[in-house]
Amino acid sequence: MTKKNSEPLKTALRLLRYIGRYRALLAVVFFCIIVSSVAGVAGSSFIETLVDDYITPLLLSARPEFSALARAVAWLALVYAAGIAATLFYNRAMVTITQGVLKKVRDDMFAHMQSLPVRFFDRNSFGDLMSRYTNDVDTLQQMISQSIPQAFSSAITIVAVTCAMLLINPPLTLLVFACVGLMLLVVRQVGGRSARHFMAQQKMLGEVNGYIEEMINGQKVVKVFCREEEVKAVFDGKNDALARQATSANRFANILMPIMANIGNLQYVLIAVLGGALAAAGAGGVTLGAIGAFLSLSRSFAMPIAQISMQINSVVMALAGAERIFQLLDEEAETDDGAVTLAAVEETGGALVPSQAAAATRWAWRRSGERGAAEYVEARGQVELRGVNFGYTEDKPVLRDISLYAKPGQKIAFVGATGAGKTTVTNLLNRFYEITEGVVLFDGVPIGEISKSALRRSLGVVLQDTRLFTGSVWENIRYGRLDATDEEVIAAARLANAHDFIERLPEGYDTVIDGDGGSLSQGQRQLLSIARAAVLSPPVMILDEATSSIDTRTEAIVQKGMDSLMEGRTVFVIAHRLSTVQNAKAIMVMEQGRVIERGDHESLLAAKGRYYQLYQGAD
Amino acid sequence: MGLIKRLLRCIGQYKRDAWLSPLFMGGEVVMEVVIPFLMAGLIDIGIDGGQTDYIWKMGGILTVCAALALVCGVLSGSFAASASAGFARNLRRTMFYNIQTFSFRQLDKFTTESLVTRLTSDVTNVQMAFQMLLRMAVRSPLMLALAFAMAFRVQATLSLVFLAAVPVLALAVYLILRHVHPIFMRVFTTYDRLNKIVRENVRGIRVVKSFVREDYEKEKFGRVSGSIFADMSKAGKRMALAMPLMQFCMYLCMLLIAWIGARLIVGGAMTTGQLMSMFTYAMQILFSLMMLSMVFVMIVISRASAERIAEVLAAESDLTSEPEAATVVPDGSLVFRGASFSYGGAGGKLCLDGIDLSVAPGETVGILGGTGSGKTSMIQLISRLYDVTGGAVEVGGRDVREYDLRVLRDEVAVVLQKNELFSGTVKDNLRWGNEDAGEEEMVRACRLAQADAFIRALPAGYDSVIEQGGTNISGGQKQRLCIARALLKKPKILILDDSTSAVDTRTDAALRRALRDELPAMTKLIIAQRVASVQDADKIVVLDGGRVQAVGGHAELMRDSELYREVYHSQRKGGDFDEEEL
Repeated sequence: MTKKNSEPLKTALRLLRYIGRYRALLAVVFFCIIVSSVAGVAGSSFIETLVDDYITPLLLSARPEFSALARAVAWLALVYAAGIAATLFYNRAMVTITQGVLKKVRDDMFAHMQSLPVRFFDRNSFGDLMSRYTNDVDTLQQMISQSIPQAFSSAITIVAVTCAMLLINPPLTLLVFACVGLMLLVVRQVGGRSARHFMAQQKMLGEVNGYIEEMINGQKVVKVFCREEEVKAVFDGKNDALARQATSANRFANILMPIMANIGNLQYVLIAVLGGALAAAGAGGVTLGAIGAFLSLSRSFAMPIAQISMQINSVVMALAGAERIFQLLDEEAETDDGAVTLAAVEETGGALVPSQAAAATRWAWRRSGERGAAEYVEARGQVELRGVNFGYTEDKPVLRDISLYAKPGQKIAFVGATGAGKTTVTNLLNRFYEITEGVVLFDGVPIGEISKSALRRSLGVVLQDTRLFTGSVWENIRYGRLDATDEEVIAAARLANAHDFIERLPEGYDTVIDGDGGSLSQGQRQLLSIARAAVLSPPVMILDEATSSIDTRTEAIVQKGMDSLMEGRTVFVIAHRLSTVQNAKAIMVMEQGRVIERGDHESLLAAKGRYYQLYQGAD
Repeated sequence: MGLIKRLLRCIGQYKRDAWLSPLFMGGEVVMEVVIPFLMAGLIDIGIDGGQTDYIWKMGGILTVCAALALVCGVLSGSFAASASAGFARNLRRTMFYNIQTFSFRQLDKFTTESLVTRLTSDVTNVQMAFQMLLRMAVRSPLMLALAFAMAFRVQATLSLVFLAAVPVLALAVYLILRHVHPIFMRVFTTYDRLNKIVRENVRGIRVVKSFVREDYEKEKFGRVSGSIFADMSKAGKRMALAMPLMQFCMYLCMLLIAWIGARLIVGGAMTTGQLMSMFTYAMQILFSLMMLSMVFVMIVISRASAERIAEVLAAESDLTSEPEAATVVPDGSLVFRGASFSYGGAGGKLCLDGIDLSVAPGETVGILGGTGSGKTSMIQLISRLYDVTGGAVEVGGRDVREYDLRVLRDEVAVVLQKNELFSGTVKDNLRWGNEDAGEEEMVRACRLAQADAFIRALPAGYDSVIEQGGTNISGGQKQRLCIARALLKKPKILILDDSTSAVDTRTDAALRRALRDELPAMTKLIIAQRVASVQDADKIVVLDGGRVQAVGGHAELMRDSELYREVYHSQRKGGDFDEEEL
C-alpha cells in the first residue's frame, strides 16, 4: 500500500466525519454529559452549603430544626436523579454511535476492497490486509466509546469546577491552577514517552506477529531442514525487543496515575495549610465550609485531568489505526467506463429483442445507439486480439505483439514454459489487467467499451488455484449464477462429474464446505469449481490449468464433463499436459511473451518446431 | 498439571517483579487510606481549632505520606509492567520453542491458523489480564477493606450506610455480567466468521471478480457485520447500566451521609472534618468495587485464551530421538519392511498397509498412484515426519527411529508438496539448505535445479528479495528454488513430492537428467502425476489404496501392471493421435 506521510490532524478530522453522521445523537449526548457533570459538581458544592448554611446554624440554635436541611437534601436528590438519567442515556447512545461507526468503517473497507483492481492484491500481503479489519478497527472502538465522551465530560467538569472554585475563593483557585500546570507538565513528559513507546510496541508487535505467521505457516519446511535452532534465535531477538517496548510503554502508562493522584494529594495539603492559615488570620473571606468544599472540588479537578491523560495512548493508537484504514479506503478503485452491457435476448422476426425468459440461452451486447435507441450485437463468443502488448510494470513487457482470432465455438489452447505469458493472456480477456497497446474485440466490440461486470459475466473461468467459499455445496455451485434452480445446479454438477462424490458426502448437497479447509481433496474442489462455471453457462470459457491437480485417471473422467461443457462455446485452455490440449482447433505455442508457433496438433508436430520438442519432452 | 499452574510457571525470572508489584501496591493503598484520615484531623484540630502549628505539622506528615504513596505507586506500576510484559515474552517463547519440537501430526492437529492466534492475540489477552490482576487484585479488596475499616473507626453508625450500598452494587454488577457474558461469547465466534469472509475474499478475489459477485459478497459481509453491530450494541447497552448504577449508589451514599452526618454533628457525635473524610471513603469504597468487577470481566474474557495457551504448553512432542542415537547415516539405501501408517495413530484407518520396498544407494525410484493412494504418506515416513504405526523403515541399514532426528533429516532431504519460501533474498532462502554454502555452491545447485537462469533474470539476481510466501515469483520458479535449496544439503536421499507439477515438461525433463548425470550417488525418490516424469527411473512403484500394486521398470510394468498401463494410456490418449505415435 502506498505509504504517505502521516498527518494526524487530517486523519482525526476524517475520523470525526464518520462520527459526525450521528450529529444529532451526539448533540444530545453532549447535553447529557453536561447535565451529568453539573450534577456531580452540584454535589461537591453542596458540601459547602451543608456545613456553612445548615450544620453551623444548627449547631448554634438551641432547638435544631431539620426541615430546611431535608428540603435541600431532597433538591439534591432530584439533581442527582437527573444526573443518573443523563449518564444512562449518554452511555447507551455512545454504544449505538460506536458500534454504528465501526460497522460503517468495516462495511466501507470491505466494499472498497471489492472494487480494487487485482493488481492491488498482488502487491499487498494478506496478513497486513487482515489486520486492518481486526487490530486497526479495534483501536477505534476504544477511542470512540471512551476517549471522546471522557474528553468532553472532563472538559465540562474542568470548566464547571473552575467556575465553582472562582465563586468560592479566587486566591485558592490560583493555587489549584499552579498544581494543574505541574500536572500538565508531567502528562507531557510521561504521557508523551508512553505514547511513543506504545507506537513502537505496536510496530514490534506487528513484526513479531508477521514472523510467527510466516514461520508457523512454513513449520513443516523448518522441520525438514532442521532449522529449529536458527528460527528460535531470530524469534528470541524479536520477542525480546517486543518485551522491552511493552515494558516501557506500560511502565509509563502505569506510573502516570499515581503521579497525578499524589500531585492531587499535595495540592490537597497545600490548600488545607494555606486555607487554614487564611481562615485563622480571618483573611480573604475563607470560611471553614469554603475550605471543605474547595478540598472536595480540587479532587474533582485532578480527576478529569488524570482521566484525559490516561486516554492519550488510546487516541494515539486509534489515529495510527485510522490512518491505516484510510490508506486502504484511498486506494484507487478499478475504473470501469464501459457502457456496453450484456442482455438476454431472443430472436423475433429476424431482430434481436430483450428476452424475459428465466433461463436465457442467447445473449447480446447492448449499446445505446445514436438516438438513444438500444442496439444489440449477439454475443456469440468471437474473440479477436490484434497486436496486443502488455507488461505488469512499464519496463518489463510480458506479452509482445499477440494476435489471434477465435471463431465462436472454437477451442484455442496456449502451451509453453512457465512464465511464457499464457495466464497473462486470459487475465487481459477479463480485464483483470488493462492492455498496454493493441486491440481486443469481443464480437467486434472493443472490450474497453464493455462494462467490466458484463464482460466478466460473459466469461466462465476455472482457475488452477481453486477457491471455494465457506458454505454449502449448493451455495458454492450457485456462485456461478445466483438464480439457478436446484435442478440446474445438479445438472451442472453432473456435467462436471461432481454429482457422484457430492452424493457421497455426509449431507449431500447440503454439506458445508470450509473455504480453506481440507475436507475435500484438491481434485474434488476442482470438480466443484468446474461445476460452478458450468452453471453460469457463458458464451466464452477460460480453463487455466483446470485439471492439473487431478490425477490422470480422474482427469479422464472429468475430461468427458469438460468436453460437454466446452461444446458450442469459445474456449481458451491453458495446460502443460499436452494431452489436454491436443484436440484444440488452434494451439498457440508461447515463449517469452510471444506466440512462436500456431496451428493444430498435427501441423505443429509436422513442423518439428518447439511444440514437437515440448511434446517429446513430455513423453 | 492445572491450567493456572502451567501458565504461572512461565513467569520464570519475572517472579520477583510479579511479587513486588502488589507489595508496593499495598503500600500505596495504605497511604491512600491514611491520607484522608490525617486530613480529617488537619481540618478538625488545625483549621477548626485554629491551631496553625498543628496545620504545619500535619501538613508535613501528609507531604511525606504523599511522597511515599508516589514512590510506592511508581514502583508498583513499573514492576507490574515488566512482570506482565516479561510473562508475555516467556509465554510466546515457551510456546514457540515447544512448537518447534512438534511432530507433523501435532502441527496438523493444532492447525496453522490456531497456532498463530494462540501466539499472538491470546498472549496479548493474557498479558493484559495479568497486569490488571497484579494491579487490581490487591488494590481493590485491600482498598475496600481498609476504607471500610477507617470509615468504621471514624464513625461507626455512618459506615453502616456502606453496608447497605455495597451489596446492592455488587448484585447489580453480577447480574449485568451474567447477562452480558453469553453475548460476548457469541460475538467472538461472529468475529471469526467476519475474518473468514475477509480472508476468503482476499485470497479468492479473482474468483469473486470473475463471477462478478462483488455485490453478493458485500451483502454477505454486511449481514455478518450487522450481526456484530446488533450483538455488540446489545451487550454494550447492558454494560452501559453499570456506570449510572455506580453513580446511583455513590449519590445515595452521599445523600445519606449528608443527612445522617448533619444530625450526628448537631448531636455532637461527629465533627465536620470527619464528615469530609467520610465522603472520601465513600468514593474509595465504590470505586474499588467497580474495579473489582472489571477484574472479573477481564478474567472471564481471558480465560478462553489462557486455556488455549495451556494446551500448546501441555503438548509434548510425540517424536523424539533416542538418547544414544546413531549420528552417522552410512549410505543412501532404503528399505520399507511391512510398513503401515495411519494418520489417526494405532487403530486408525490405515492409509499405508504393509509396504515392502528395497532401494539401493544411488537408485532413482518413481512413485505413481492416484489421489489418496498414499504416495505422500509413504515418503514422509523416511525422514520421520511421521512415524510408522506398524512395520519399519530403514535407511542405511538401520531403523530410522535409531538415528538422531537432526542427522536423519540432514541426510534425507524432502521437497514437500506444499512448500514455502521465506521472506529474504534468494541467497537467504538457499542458505536454509546449507548455512555455509558459498556462491559457487549455490549456483551449482541452482543450475541442477534449472533455477539459475530465472534467478539471473531477476532484478538483483541472487540478491533479489523473495516476498513472504514467494508471491513475486511463479509457481514453477518457486518449486525449482525449493529443489535447489534441498540439493544444497547434499543429502544421501532426495525426495521430490510432486515438486515439479508447475514446471513445464521440458524443464522437468532437463532437471531429471541433471540429477541423474551430476548426482549419481544420491538416492532419488520422485513422486509424480506424469508417467513421463518417472518412466526412465530404475524402479517404479505403483501405489493403489495404500498398498504397493506393482514394482518394476517401465517395460516390465507395461507388461504386467494393468493400472500402470491404464495411467500411461490415459496420458498418451488424445484424439486421433494414438495411431500416429512415433
